[in-house]
Amino acid sequence: MRNPHRTQNIAFFFLFLATLLIVVPVGMIVVIIIQKGLPAINWQFLTDIPRQGMRAGGIFPAIVGTLYLVTGAIVFALPIGLLAAIYLSEYSKDNILNRLIKLAIVNLAGVPSVVYGLFGLALFVIFFKFGASILAGSLTLGIMILPIIITSSREALESVPQSFREVSLSLGASKWQTIRHIVLPNAIPGILTGTILGLGRAAGETAPILFTVAAFYLPQLPKSVFDQAMALPYHLYVISTQVPNVDEKIRYGTALVLLTLVLFMNLVAIIIRYKFRKKKKW
Amino acid sequence: MAKIKTDKLNLWYGPFHALKDVDSSFGANRITAIIGPSGCGKSTLLRVFNRMNDLIEGVRTAGKVLVDGEDIFGPGADLVKLRKKVGMVFQRPNPFPLSVYENIVFGERIHADSIKRDTLDEIVERSLKSVLLWDELKDRLNEPALRLTLEQKQRLCIARLIAVKPEVLLMDEPCSTLDPQATARIEELMRELKNNYTIIIVTHNMQQAARVSDDTGFMLLGELIEFGRTEDIFTAPKDRRTEDYITGRYG
Repeated sequence: MRNPHRTQNIAFFFLFLATLLIVVPVGMIVVIIIQKGLPAINWQFLTDIPRQGMRAGGIFPAIVGTLYLVTGAIVFALPIGLLAAIYLSEYSKDNILNRLIKLAIVNLAGVPSVVYGLFGLALFVIFFKFGASILAGSLTLGIMILPIIITSSREALESVPQSFREVSLSLGASKWQTIRHIVLPNAIPGILTGTILGLGRAAGETAPILFTVAAFYLPQLPKSVFDQAMALPYHLYVISTQVPNVDEKIRYGTALVLLTLVLFMNLVAIIIRYKFRKKKKW
Repeated sequence: MAKIKTDKLNLWYGPFHALKDVDSSFGANRITAIIGPSGCGKSTLLRVFNRMNDLIEGVRTAGKVLVDGEDIFGPGADLVKLRKKVGMVFQRPNPFPLSVYENIVFGERIHADSIKRDTLDEIVERSLKSVLLWDELKDRLNEPALRLTLEQKQRLCIARLIAVKPEVLLMDEPCSTLDPQATARIEELMRELKNNYTIIIVTHNMQQAARVSDDTGFMLLGELIEFGRTEDIFTAPKDRRTEDYITGRYG
């Protein structure tokens, strides 16, 4: 005899179990890294340069390098991504060219990050002769996060109700005035959220900066955008695999700083979204 | 004298023939109602007058539409000027998610060369007074407009439109989301506004058309079947189809 109530319970059990399994790895990663990394965190670790072949001292240059790279990436990616998103959501008509553009964006998002690294090496480092530099690394990271920014900005723009545009146009506003005064202000929270998620992604990636900017060991701060820089993810890779006898707590401490940076950015994105949802009433 | 005239106006949405040879004439400082069953093209006709149909892809128009004697589809037609002159009130009250004040001054911010605070204040007061909202809202100008009641929102939308100093008000079922009391008050407002504006209202509510309008046009399947003084249309329709619709045989 089939018992619908029992099959229902079984289904519920497995669905719930699968959902629970998502939480476990996240929780474990965070717990392990905090547990092993927290003892390393102190003022010196955050503000000093690496010493004794990166086996002691701090990770300050890597923190600064990552901040530079993230800032650089956003300076390139946000304007281009936002303008492209405005074109795609407000101006483009449904034709072959625009379908091709949209397809390209989806594919750009799917390209493995190491391929971006090689691309950056070929184009920015070698062809444009920027050398391994903050400029080359920022541009490479910028291209990598473009699809995130375009997609989230487009969604944000498209979620602004059509009726707002209609009213604005019916009051004699031009299309650009409508975008500028009505559409953009209402889309900003969504655009910001996407941007910050892109930042988090840029901060955490190793492969794109591997050939384009990252310095193995550089006990000073970069002086210009044409300098190499240390960066947290690459530094973590180096002290984990390339340098023998690094104290475990320094490795986990570095991971903790990187994780905190990325989680903090995501947290900001979540708060912006939450505040916006509470305010929005249409 | 006719404020708006159409001459052999035809409109297609892609292959769909939505308006067929519409000849009409809308008098200045009168309220003209356009009635007819859903899908008859009455909203489409309304949206021709401020060219809102331009926003839809695949729309084609043929024939002439004259506003103050000027062809709005002519080569020298200025879309911004047209839309300032011929404004629209939509079915759903749709204030921007801004304050009451900013909603009303939106048009001024868009159109004025320089923004003066005094001018803005003046516009807000004058516009709110003309829709009889000033006393209710004068202390709440900085509140979000989305917090108003539906009726207040619709009045605000009319005020926002009036602030642009239009000459024609197109109203697309402006009361369909309102309760009967609010509807009555908006109709009262329309009678008041008619002294200064030419009003064209689309409605599926025949009683509303009979109550509020001076002239009425009846549309069916894209054709303007009958057009005349409201009392004639409702008491002595010339066309059989108008009579059937008005007496409720279909709709």
